[in-house]
Amino acid sequence: MVSVVRPALVLLGLFTVLCGLAYPAAVTGIAQAVFPKQANGSLIEADGRVLGSSLIGQPFADPAYFWSRPSGTGPFPNNAKASSGTNLGPTNPALHDAVKARIEALRAADPENDAPIPVDLVTASASGLDPHISPAAAAYQAERVARARGLDPEAVRALVREHTTAPLLGILGEPTVHVLELNLALDRLAPERARARAL
Amino acid sequence: MTAHSIITIVVYLAVLTLLAIPLGAYMARVYEGNAGTASRVFGPVERLFYRIAGVREDEEMTWKTYALACLAFNFFGALAVYGIQRLQTVLPLNPDGMGEIAPELAFNTASSFTSNTNWQAYGGETTLSYFTQMAALTVQNFVSAATGMAVLVALIRAFTRKEATGLGNFWVDLTRSTLYILIPLSAVLALLLVSQGVVQTFSPATTASLLQATADADGNAVLEQGLAMGPAASQIAIKQLGTNGGGFFNVNSSHPFENPNAASNFMELLSILIISAGLCFTFGKMVKDKRQGWAIYAAMLAIFIPLLVVCNWSEQAGNPILTQLGADQVASTLHAGGNMEGKEVRFGIADSTLWATATTAASNGSVNSMHDSYTPLGGLVPMWLMPLGEIIFGGVGSGLYGMLIYVVVAVFIAGLMVGRTPEYLGKKIEAKEMKMASLGILLPAATVLVMTAIACLGEWGTASPPLANPGAHGFSEILYAYSSMGNNNGSAFAGLTASGSFYATSGGIAMLIARYWVIIPALAIAGSLAKKKIVPASPGTLPTHTPLFVGLLCGTIVLVGALTFIPALALGPIVEHLQMMGH
Repeated sequence: MVSVVRPALVLLGLFTVLCGLAYPAAVTGIAQAVFPKQANGSLIEADGRVLGSSLIGQPFADPAYFWSRPSGTGPFPNNAKASSGTNLGPTNPALHDAVKARIEALRAADPENDAPIPVDLVTASASGLDPHISPAAAAYQAERVARARGLDPEAVRALVREHTTAPLLGILGEPTVHVLELNLALDRLAPERARARAL
Repeated sequence: MTAHSIITIVVYLAVLTLLAIPLGAYMARVYEGNAGTASRVFGPVERLFYRIAGVREDEEMTWKTYALACLAFNFFGALAVYGIQRLQTVLPLNPDGMGEIAPELAFNTASSFTSNTNWQAYGGETTLSYFTQMAALTVQNFVSAATGMAVLVALIRAFTRKEATGLGNFWVDLTRSTLYILIPLSAVLALLLVSQGVVQTFSPATTASLLQATADADGNAVLEQGLAMGPAASQIAIKQLGTNGGGFFNVNSSHPFENPNAASNFMELLSILIISAGLCFTFGKMVKDKRQGWAIYAAMLAIFIPLLVVCNWSEQAGNPILTQLGADQVASTLHAGGNMEGKEVRFGIADSTLWATATTAASNGSVNSMHDSYTPLGGLVPMWLMPLGEIIFGGVGSGLYGMLIYVVVAVFIAGLMVGRTPEYLGKKIEAKEMKMASLGILLPAATVLVMTAIACLGEWGTASPPLANPGAHGFSEILYAYSSMGNNNGSAFAGLTASGSFYATSGGIAMLIARYWVIIPALAIAGSLAKKKIVPASPGTLPTHTPLFVGLLCGTIVLVGALTFIPALALGPIVEHLQMMGH
């Protein structure tokens, strides 16, 4: 019995130092030296201010912006200090009510558009922080955004294409549109509009 | 299935197999003490560890000593995890000021991480300090995986030895698994993940201004977004490779800081199965018959692929109720379509369902989508893969020793059919092996079903919360929880609030039973097999590398799994499927 206690305790201690302290410290050191931007959250910065992370979605409700996917985090959407999905099951009436309300809000912001609404725009993401929407969800919103900003719809669609990423090597993952970067680009395209809203 | 899904799966399985074969060969060399160049790098550290710990490298252990060493090591590991959590408020590296952790929750997390389950009853970024994540959880991510690999290697040696009592040395197998296999793979993977955007820092959470202000639940304006950070990549690498699965953040690998894009997703997906798949080839090499390793690998794929197809098909078909409400779920070049509730756009249906199937086939339990929001049949796949015993790839080490227990049963059934004493690799399978194999299969299964039943008996299990969904889906949450904890998986129908004392305590016990009541029978079988002679193959011997045997093995697994769990599944996902279709 005693013969197993010493190796058990000593090896646990040694592995705690090696795997629990040395390994994460070494990875952090190399990561901070070689990939400082990625290791610190891929932040989008301008004029010394942090505008967001290029990996974390933000909520939008203004018709002049592209809307992100619904978020299940509390107490406010896209809370990146408490990631969470909704965990609503497919037959839960709470899910159906939420989807119905989101569809109504999208229709109300864009009454002339009777195209079917891409599913990712009315369902909450897994993390509650999804930075992307599908190209279909961006196409659905492009006319509305153009109208709200008094822009040519084709110019908005071109901007969407610019912020669309194709699957990796054409095969892995899905095509995505980055909502925050797209909206930042919209504000740069029509700064008058951005200033008006900020006031 | 969409063409995109088929291509994703084919590419994934091809790359997995191509990487698993050389890794398997390397691991065999490590366990045979013949690691070549790697010994020059890690050998000095290895010998230093033995010297400090008083381990004699060539000392052979009987199965009982091996089991005792394994249990002692895990017992002290659990104590350490418990203690660090309880003391985190006074320990260093707590920049975001995480508070006290309740005893039940600390117990649950301690059994969870020492048993290689990594069930998350806590939310990482809201509960645990950086020190707890590193010194308690990351350490167990390594050594619980190494424990599983050590037990497997002892069992493999039993097949190769003649009339022997020794199975190798637990300390040596543990140390080599960690130093030669887990640490180098994790370090490389961690840095690759950082290059894609996974965070790795000791700085506290940072703050960004929102482009458009929003409001919280009480109507107060919210102008800023806090961004939780931490040394995530180093932990994620090992949680994927060691089939641990406990995420740095609450939502695990669906969090963009944990899994930012298609490239990181592909690497993390490969890491879920790579070691377990490789160990099949290690097995073939160590028993000096590579065909035996291929046969087991083929049996795993033969169960994995059809279940993956069901999961993918069901999620791609989507939720008909949402179609009635006006959502477009038909896949096109512009979107993945399907049931996107609880999934990320960058992963869509193909990567989400591949992950869900792989993580529950292996005992990994990390997620990149929320299984609780899956369609009923999509959710049934992980819910059935787990209670099969985590043997389709399974946990590192534990998957293959669990599978070998099923091989013993399959060989026994075949022996009964032809009226001969069953043999596997020249070892006669007799009453003692069968008793132990039955225990190893039945105890975890009984734990799942009995604990689910107890949870259903009263308010402690069925109120809301802990349950988040009504009706049949609520029952699925309970069944999923015990299937997961009772087989050391760790994924969840995460709507269930698992941090309350009933689920935390009962689940903690389930995880311990599931882990150690398979390890002990597996080592007992090893002890018994090692003592036997190796009978030369005769014309009457059932060859165990043929498609016929692969079929027999799959049949045994599916039959046992179906008979044990289909009645319970009928009450959850199957009822819910009928409700959804009839809505």
